[in-house]
Amino acid sequence: MLKFLTRRLLTMIPVLWATVTLTFVLVRLAPGGPFTEEKQYPQQAIDQLNQHYGLNDSLPKQYVHYLRNLLHGDLGPSLKYQNRSVNEIIAETFPVSLELGLWALLVALLLGLPAGITASLRPNTALDYIPMSLAMIGICVPAFVLGPLLVLAFALGLGWLNASGWDMPSDRILPAITLGSAYAAYIARLSRAGMLDILPQDFIRTARAKGLRESRIIGLHALKPGIFPVVSFLGPAVAGLITGSFVVETIFHIPGLGKMFVMGAFNRDYTLVLGLVVFYSALVIVFNTLVDVVLASLNPRLRVGS
Amino acid sequence: MTAHQPASPWKQMWKRLKRNRMAILGIIILAILISAAILAPVLTPYSYEQQDLILGGTPPSFTHFLGTDDLGRDLLTRMLYGGRISLAVGLCATLVSLLIGVTYGAISGYIGGNVDNVMMRMVDILYALPFTVFVIILMVVFGRNLLLLFVAIGAVEWLTMARIVRGQVLSIKQQPYIKAVSVLGFSHTRIVSRHIVPNVIGPVIVYTTLTIPRVMLLESFLSFLGLGIQAPQSSWGLLIRDGARMMETYPWLLIYPGIVLSVTLFALNFLGDGLRDALDPRSTRQ
Repeated sequence: MLKFLTRRLLTMIPVLWATVTLTFVLVRLAPGGPFTEEKQYPQQAIDQLNQHYGLNDSLPKQYVHYLRNLLHGDLGPSLKYQNRSVNEIIAETFPVSLELGLWALLVALLLGLPAGITASLRPNTALDYIPMSLAMIGICVPAFVLGPLLVLAFALGLGWLNASGWDMPSDRILPAITLGSAYAAYIARLSRAGMLDILPQDFIRTARAKGLRESRIIGLHALKPGIFPVVSFLGPAVAGLITGSFVVETIFHIPGLGKMFVMGAFNRDYTLVLGLVVFYSALVIVFNTLVDVVLASLNPRLRVGS
Repeated sequence: MTAHQPASPWKQMWKRLKRNRMAILGIIILAILISAAILAPVLTPYSYEQQDLILGGTPPSFTHFLGTDDLGRDLLTRMLYGGRISLAVGLCATLVSLLIGVTYGAISGYIGGNVDNVMMRMVDILYALPFTVFVIILMVVFGRNLLLLFVAIGAVEWLTMARIVRGQVLSIKQQPYIKAVSVLGFSHTRIVSRHIVPNVIGPVIVYTTLTIPRVMLLESFLSFLGLGIQAPQSSWGLLIRDGARMMETYPWLLIYPGIVLSVTLFALNFLGDGLRDALDPRSTRQ
């Protein structure tokens, strides 16, 4: 297990390095700098700003400088939000995205798992077709269509909820549903497929032959291996959920990481974009590793030889 | 995987596909949408950029079947022309990903050994990179250029294709007929392009059909964020963005483009699933 973990953590390094380098190169390829569009600044001020943030240094020098700070956990100052460091911005916006993501995850699991499992127990009946058609809708109606439609119906039409914002507890409902529904759909399909793989197997027949109650067979024997595909999906999914959705945060004006990233990209806030990408990639990798550990503990066969 | 293929697999596949009603429905919907997009200038008397401010924001009527937007542009017309761009991006970007993925996968699988190891490890690393983020940065950095959009999306989506093709090639190159053609002294290029790649076409087609909706989703997602297609041109994602902005006063601007995008994604997904089931009977629903 320890060897498995160390190996996983070691493969993180080239991935993170590649991400940082590619992002660094990409944002610096841009014609013009972060301050060129600030028309109100005189040229002298722009020069000074560039000087202050070290943007006049050669690219390799800036790159090494950035990497050195990164190793100390310092993502540098934001270029557009004065007197704020990228670390501060992340510390402020990440909790918002995290909360939204956890609500969405709850929606996804509560809708997806029961739907998928029921469908797998009665394949090719209405109990299978109805939830699976709903899942198809969940996959095919993108968040940027679903979100505005929900706002139209429940906020502007019925007036039950706010159209945007992140102040009241009820403000969580629509974004969580918008963000969670596609994940719910995938979870439903994956848990259905996983259960369908398990249910015809010999050990389930043995359990039935022993005279176990059906609820015990499904809930205990079949479920554990049956939701394997869901667990492996959850790694990247959870990382994607909690790092904030560009679309959902934009639609509902939620001050989270995703909205920050989009604005940072528009504003050419190099350091903010870089910092968010680094943070995001690190989270994704950590969650994928976590999932591998969970999978290995669920399935002893994965531990051997890996 | 497929050790022995029956006499005419294509006919068998078509027979199985025909039984799948949803897949056939998907084909019909796609045929209608594609012909509507191609025939756009014939189908509508309006131009997609022609504004008529007096008509600003009229609801659906007999002269404007789906109503007009705030600038008085006919929504149906903008959806037809937008469909051209959305579908074109879907097809072209998928083609780019197909080209890169098949070539990369075939080379990696055919050469094998250490080269294969290195090439596949690179794919593993690329998989872990946040590509949506890169595409966003690219679009911001280089401006909203349609050609760049094709290339950027295509370059993102080739990884799975490379893996699939490589796996197939690994198993095919063990087969006796490949030994036979190499004994005949054919060049490697010829063996790969004429004798191996044609035999992996099945899984490639299936995966391509499933890539198109993903690509279209990515394009409309970018357009929705304001990073894709720019007005006065239109794409479905851009129309949805405008619709969401004005949905309180002109709800039809959101609803119709939303429906047409969702229906297209439906059709493509059903067709892809149907093709997969038809090609590999083992994966059929039990």
